[in-house]
Amino acid sequence: MSDPAHRPQTMAEKILSQRGDHVVYAGDLAVVEVDQVMVVDSIAQSFIERMQRDLDATPKFPERVSIVIDHVAPASTVSVAQAQKEAREYAAQTGVRLFDVGRGICHQVLMEEGLARPGWIVLGSDSHSTTYGAVAAFGTGMGATDIALAAASGKTWLKVPESVKVTFTGTLRPDVAAKDVALEMIGRLGADGATYQSIEMHPGDRFTRGERMTLANLCVEAGAKAGLVVPGGEILTEYGYDVPEWIYPDEGATYVRAIEIDLSALHPRMSAPNEVDNVYNVAELRDQLRDTPVDQVFIGTCTNGRIEDLHAAADVLRGQRVAAGTRLLVIPASSEVMEQAMADGTLLTLQRAGAVLGTPGCGPCMGRHQGVLAPGEVCVSTSNRNFIGRMGDKDAKIYLASPAVAAATAVMGRVALPQDVPAVGVAASAGGR
Amino acid sequence: MPRIWKFGDSVNTDDILPGKFAPFMAGEDVFQTFAFHYIRPEFASQVRPGDVLIGGRNWGLGSSREYAPVALKKLQIGGIVAPTFARIHYRNLLNLGIPAFEFDLTGLLDDGDEVSLDVNTGVLTSAGGTVQLPPPPEFLREALAEGSILAFFKKHGRFPGEPAP
Repeated sequence: MSDPAHRPQTMAEKILSQRGDHVVYAGDLAVVEVDQVMVVDSIAQSFIERMQRDLDATPKFPERVSIVIDHVAPASTVSVAQAQKEAREYAAQTGVRLFDVGRGICHQVLMEEGLARPGWIVLGSDSHSTTYGAVAAFGTGMGATDIALAAASGKTWLKVPESVKVTFTGTLRPDVAAKDVALEMIGRLGADGATYQSIEMHPGDRFTRGERMTLANLCVEAGAKAGLVVPGGEILTEYGYDVPEWIYPDEGATYVRAIEIDLSALHPRMSAPNEVDNVYNVAELRDQLRDTPVDQVFIGTCTNGRIEDLHAAADVLRGQRVAAGTRLLVIPASSEVMEQAMADGTLLTLQRAGAVLGTPGCGPCMGRHQGVLAPGEVCVSTSNRNFIGRMGDKDAKIYLASPAVAAATAVMGRVALPQDVPAVGVAASAGGR
Repeated sequence: MPRIWKFGDSVNTDDILPGKFAPFMAGEDVFQTFAFHYIRPEFASQVRPGDVLIGGRNWGLGSSREYAPVALKKLQIGGIVAPTFARIHYRNLLNLGIPAFEFDLTGLLDDGDEVSLDVNTGVLTSAGGTVQLPPPPEFLREALAEGSILAFFKKHGRFPGEPAP
């Protein structure tokens, strides 16, 4: 790489320069090497058809391709079962990795398996592939055609995005979660506030890997192509990631927009129907929705189905009971998360509170199975979208919140904050984590 | 003559094709009949080949699901004109060869207006006059000249804009 001008670069510009054959800046077209291509069950058939029929190709680097059966797992209909069968057969024939029913949600599984690393380019057939930015991988979602082209060639083309710089200052209050930070960020940027752009987040040493995943995951809800978190804290100390020095953005890099979020001023946040950027303080919505029963609470998904999310829910639900008339559905993001939650007593706590547990996977997030909503029902979910008809009927209403707020809502049967839940006696809270 | 179907801002991929009607759930042959199922239930049965969709800002936000635009392609829409598109969806449209033009027509045309759209020149004609729509981005014209990115890649073994191997 030679760049006579040596202009300062953003993190997105640096990664795309590193994985291409020349130095690139925002607006340039880059053809880059792809380190991992992720295919989910819902596009497996289209992917195979593009590969075999349209391109007459096999994966150039089978070890760089992963198929994850997570969106409707286990299968709910014969046609879904057939599509999943074809995906399994394709994996066996071509040698690409297969993560079958129950292993978990694609983004969680790839992170656990070390298939997203600092400086990598990871393409996923799921829009929330921005999640990989948690470990400074350039993760982005694409459709079946682009995914097939990447698998066939080992490369993809990208327009190098401009970047939005988000700086975090201050310290979170104890009742505020990464989800609240992400919703605040989306609310501030707007649902199309970062379209075609990369959101480059500067948290210093704040946030765990899981919290960084929540932040990066939701960047696509502002339209972003990628959501990159500058490495720090746990990313440097806990997981043995090789974080190259070049990956840090240069002083003086060009940003299209910069915002600063003072974490100490933040309160729990909630997105009201039907747009993710329709963000309010939970306290405000709680008062507005005092007379609105909540029919279903869902804790899970690629946004908030990790062990720390289940812990946050269990901390609220310990010794409590889910309100009569409210269903609480909990789906761990992966088999690893489920095992941890089983071993440390979290699942027992949730089960005793009245939670219904599901197979690790995406669950009802996109309205295909395991807990879809009836007309007029109200759901508080830890997921990432509240679009019309997303989780079932078009007249159902979806509110998005953190696991702690979702858990409090399940106990109260109305939108609630954890501090609204009456304390339980010592006897009732004994046992379990 | 093709007609206009006019939509508002922020039409998302769940609006275009709800996830539960994905081809592997609803069936490969019929999933397109659920296009705009919730927001314009009459669409799939009344749309005619060549009809043009007009959207507001951020058309296609949401999922990467390519079968949402595939449903529109199966219904043979003539093109989509919106002031801004969500990026994954915009890529999918171009990859499928569905003409997508970044332009705001919402104040100029209404539901049911008859139009003709020349997708090669970007000239859109209606009773009210003629509008020149902006052409697709320059770096994609090379691919579109071959019909699609898939066709380009298959023929040349590289991406548009990439030096020959």
